[in-house]
Amino acid sequence: MQQFRDNDSVIEVDDVYKSFKTVEAVKGISLRIHKGQFVALLGPNGAGKTTLVEMIEGIQKPDKGEINILGKHWKGNEDELHNAIGLSLQETRFIDKLTVEETLKLFSSFYQLNKNRINEIINIIGLEEKRKSYTVNLSGGQRQKIALGIALLNNPKILLLDEPTTGLDPNARREIWAILMQLKEKSQTSLILTTHYMEEAEQLCDYIIIMDYGKILREGTLNELLKENVEEHYIEFSLDKILFHDELFKNSGFNIEWGRANNKGLLILKDIESDLPEFLNFIKTNNLQLRNFESRRKTLDDLFINLAGRHLNE
Amino acid sequence: MIFLLILQADTLMNKSFKTEQLFALIISHAKELMREPSVLFWGIVFPILMALGLGIAFTQKAEMTERIGIIETKNDLSDSVYSIEAFLDKHAEKIHHANSPDEYKLIVKNKKLGNTVYIFQKMNWKEATILLKKGEINLVLEDKNGEIEYNFDPAGPDAQLNYLKLSKILGSSKPVIENSENIEPLTLKGTRYIDFFIPGLMALGILMSSIWGLGYTLIEKRSKKLLRRMIATPMKKSYFLISFMSVRTVMNFFESLLLFVFSNLVFGITIQGSIVALLLIFIAGNVNFAGLATLISARTANPEVGNGIISAVTTPMFVLSGIFFSYQHFPDWAIPIIKIIPLTMLADSVRSIFIEGAGFSEIVLPFFILFAMGILFFSIGLKMFKWY
Repeated sequence: MQQFRDNDSVIEVDDVYKSFKTVEAVKGISLRIHKGQFVALLGPNGAGKTTLVEMIEGIQKPDKGEINILGKHWKGNEDELHNAIGLSLQETRFIDKLTVEETLKLFSSFYQLNKNRINEIINIIGLEEKRKSYTVNLSGGQRQKIALGIALLNNPKILLLDEPTTGLDPNARREIWAILMQLKEKSQTSLILTTHYMEEAEQLCDYIIIMDYGKILREGTLNELLKENVEEHYIEFSLDKILFHDELFKNSGFNIEWGRANNKGLLILKDIESDLPEFLNFIKTNNLQLRNFESRRKTLDDLFINLAGRHLNE
Repeated sequence: MIFLLILQADTLMNKSFKTEQLFALIISHAKELMREPSVLFWGIVFPILMALGLGIAFTQKAEMTERIGIIETKNDLSDSVYSIEAFLDKHAEKIHHANSPDEYKLIVKNKKLGNTVYIFQKMNWKEATILLKKGEINLVLEDKNGEIEYNFDPAGPDAQLNYLKLSKILGSSKPVIENSENIEPLTLKGTRYIDFFIPGLMALGILMSSIWGLGYTLIEKRSKKLLRRMIATPMKKSYFLISFMSVRTVMNFFESLLLFVFSNLVFGITIQGSIVALLLIFIAGNVNFAGLATLISARTANPEVGNGIISAVTTPMFVLSGIFFSYQHFPDWAIPIIKIIPLTMLADSVRSIFIEGAGFSEIVLPFFILFAMGILFFSIGLKMFKWY
């Protein structure tokens, strides 16, 4: 694991607030991102991730608090910062009847880049055979790739990606991840990525900031985050018959979360040696049979449920 | 011209004159536009079809057919020789219908004015009212003790014309309008309806294509978050708008040119005034409407709202500016207001160059007003412009 020092921070956010007409989207957030660091903002929809990122992007102005990027404020430094930042927004659509190549060419003209860079990017994002296709005819994954390609055009010092893989199938998602992993190896780019997929945060990021309702709930490396309540064991089980209500488990004295939708239960045990036999006994006395019973590692979603009382992707 | 001015101002104010950006933006918009076949249809083919349709409708003098209602009366005098029925029985052709009441067909002949075919139909007041409301008839005749009463809306010019014609012949011995020697049909170039209409259509084409092509496209791009994405780069914001306007102006030029070539070939329309003046007023009109489009599209990200705003701005211009018919029919107090509407100014100037043979001195005032208004609209629009 890379070590990041305090004096090489590229983004500094200090006690930032932002409200809209009906919602307080960001309520006092501070964070520091270091050179070369990959940071995930993890949280469900409506957690305030996009608002926070858009303030860093200079698209929104904070009501209160300060944002410094490469030691500079947005005001008066727009051109310089735009040149240093690459970004992709949630669901951007490009000009329908321009090809992939033409779209990249248009954006590269804004940074005064040459044609070689366009070819490099097409190569990096793997859209060689779609070079001449209109953007309107691209699949969701291809569209995200071109958005990522545009974000990478200017070799940005800072990359800001807002839900780069939302709505993509697992394959397309992995392809995007591979592009980002390659970037991490080859460059000193810092990344902030918002997501509600815990796998994405786990796979790509050195540092994870868990957000909900405009606040940071927890932050740290994956290991640091999962160390919390490390003594807990997570056991998933299913039964031989369908249970339509969870009264039985609620009154059992065990910490069980019953998912009616998938007919699966999650049992959380603190002291596995003494509690597990009790649970098995409970199943037996209630004339139930276990069909499936497996212990799994704790995830960020488990942590999030602990903190917020709901799932990340709810 | 305006673009050059803005560009120059830009270079003077800061040194970062990025021609590549502007060039790439212009190329992209041009490609985007050319690849949309419907743009070409609505921009070029449609105005020509409209010119053709209206041109034919108003230049070929066919027989006019008018329906007239007759209220049936039950008094004894209806047999009088002066009654309408007696007159029609004598002069008009009776047409028998199986399922509906009989009609009379009377052809009023005049070599110079063209023939008018009058169809008289008997009805009661209830039926007449319905037909009046539908606009199928505009004049109802009633026999009042041997005297003919003409019932019509005096504000309707068609009804008035029918009244004047019929009052002259009903009751007389011959159903003919005298071939007045003092009518001299005008065949002079520039006095036909189509001569009036084509310059107006050209002005309207510039308005519609600028407002929809520019205003609506900007709103749509905002709703797709494309504007937001584009300004998160070192792109100069003014270049973005300028590139749109330049592409649109060039396209409008070809639209107008094609419409002119077409109307020259089909209707023999020529430009009698100065072509330089025409080009200048064309540019001023484009600047004006492009500015207006920027202003209209400055805030909303909702294409439906944009639709509403565009209609609210263009419809009054469309109706008032005398594109299809002269605005002199509007009340006197309204005319000075109508005259300063940009579309009126453009249409009047183009028309004066086409048919009155006007030169630069005649259009210099509208040229500067249109231009200045356009720059004002554009600056306010740019100030208010919401990029996200």
